[in-house]
This record gives sequence, C-alpha cells and structure tokens, in this order.
Amino acid sequence: MTADLYGASPLAVRADALAASSSPSTVRIAEVPFRAQVTLRVDPRGAAAERIGAALGAALPGPGGVARTERVAVLGLGPDEWLLVGPEGAAQGLQDTLTAALDRAFGAVVDVSAHRTIVQVSGPKAREVLNKGCALDLHPRVFASDRCAQTDVARTSAILMRHDVVEPGFWVFVRASFARYLADWLIDAAAEYGG
Amino acid sequence: MMLIPCPWCGPRNETEFHYGGQAGVAYPRDPQALSDAEWAQFLFFRDNPKGVFAERWMHRSGCRRWFDLRRDTATNEILGAGAHEEQERTVSV
Ligand SMILES: [Zn+2]
Repeated sequence: MTADLYGASPLAVRADALAASSSPSTVRIAEVPFRAQVTLRVDPRGAAAERIGAALGAALPGPGGVARTERVAVLGLGPDEWLLVGPEGAAQGLQDTLTAALDRAFGAVVDVSAHRTIVQVSGPKAREVLNKGCALDLHPRVFASDRCAQTDVARTSAILMRHDVVEPGFWVFVRASFARYLADWLIDAAAEYGG
Repeated sequence: MMLIPCPWCGPRNETEFHYGGQAGVAYPRDPQALSDAEWAQFLFFRDNPKGVFAERWMHRSGCRRWFDLRRDTATNEILGAGAHEEQERTVSV
C-alpha cells in the first residue's frame, strides 16, 4: 500500500488570512507557491559563466541585478552566486541546462526550490508596507525591475525583487520556516490600509 | 546606526553585518615553529587604536561575503571599503 503524495506550500495555511488582509485599492498580499528555484555558483569571469549565459539566453547579472528570459529570472545574489527562478516543475530542466553548460568547470548547481517560498506584495501601498520592516529605498527610481536585494524584512532574511505585472509590486523570497512569521507580520503591517 | 558600504550590495544598515575584527592578520607561515607566546600573540592580540582601523566585516543578511573596511573608531566615520579587485581574496571561487 502506498501513501498519497501531495504538496502543501508553506503559506497554504495563511492563504485565507492573506486574502482577507488584501484590499484592491491599497495592498494585495498572496503567496506565489512552488516556483522552481536553482542556485548557481561559478566564477563570473570564466568561460563557464559565458557558456551558461548563452545557454540561458541572458548574461549573468552582477550582484543586485536581475536578468530575465521568457521563462526564467536570474537574480545576482553576490559576485559568484545567482538564484534562478522559473515556473513550477522547471527545476530539473534548469539544473540540466546549467550542469551541461558548466561542463565540469568549478562551480555548483543546486535545486533549492523547497528552501524559500515567495510572497507577492503589490498595489499602491506595497512599498509603504514593506518599508515598515525594511530599510532599503524601494522607490522605482532606485529599485527598478532589473534590481534585487538580499536584506532583512521584519528582522528575517529575505530576497526582494520588483515584480510589476498589472500594478507595482514585489516578490519577497522568505525561508519556508520563517514564512508564517513573515505572513503574520505583513498582515499586521497592512491592517491600517483597510484589508 | 552605521551605514556600512558593502562592496557588492552598496550601503546597508549596520544590523545586516557581522564584525570580524582587525584586517590583515596573516596566518603564521610555519605555525609549528612558533613558541607558545608567539602563537598566543597571533591568536589573541589585536591592535585597538583610537582612530583609523582596518577591519573585517561580513554582510550576513546580504551577499554573505567578507570584506575589508577602514573605519575611524573614535568617530565611526567610514573611510571606504576596498574596490572589487582588492576584495577578490575574500571571494570564495
Ligand atoms: Zn553585500
């Protein structure tokens, strides 16, 4: 007899609370679950970095930069470290592409999809809500769509990336075990905007 | 609150960093040859100037890289982190 396997995202238990705290005219908060996330470490000046850029269709960005292809966002986390974010189920394909392009050069490709979940914070008040717990200047003039940052949000480590679709917004990458804490903090921070 | 310039991430709040003490303390070339006193000198003794001090810092909440910084210990004025090239030895490639 086999057990039924199913996945529950870290914030599935907060989905209703996040929806209740959202208000279309001010701020909307929702989890973006199950994105493929792959970490890449490689010497940025080597031939392998160039091969990987060519294989992805976007050169690897510098620290704090974001490069985008049709399916994948490449976040520069440090001088020799990147996080690739793709659609659900894409992790194995991404890993295969990167590993083939690395071609046994010194480096690392690791599936870290389960490490963090993503919280989307969007709407006209998104920046104000995040800045209650984050000291970075998130104005689009400084923090544009091609920027990301690793920093503290509400005293927990997070990666911030601008994610404007219909309205200005951000993706907040947070460790799975800190996700419920951050969600509760966001619900509290958004309360004054009438969710 | 100090605003510390990470060479990779730019200026960030002091709370994002971990302090690493004096910079440029070289590991002894031949540790076996040292006397106990010399080994203790290497392990435990550091400069403590009132004024400009070269320090190690690590951007814990950001890129997690170690880098060198010069800071005036009396005024907390930061006199600059090294350029990317000078920080290369701290990059763990
Ligand atoms: Zn940094």
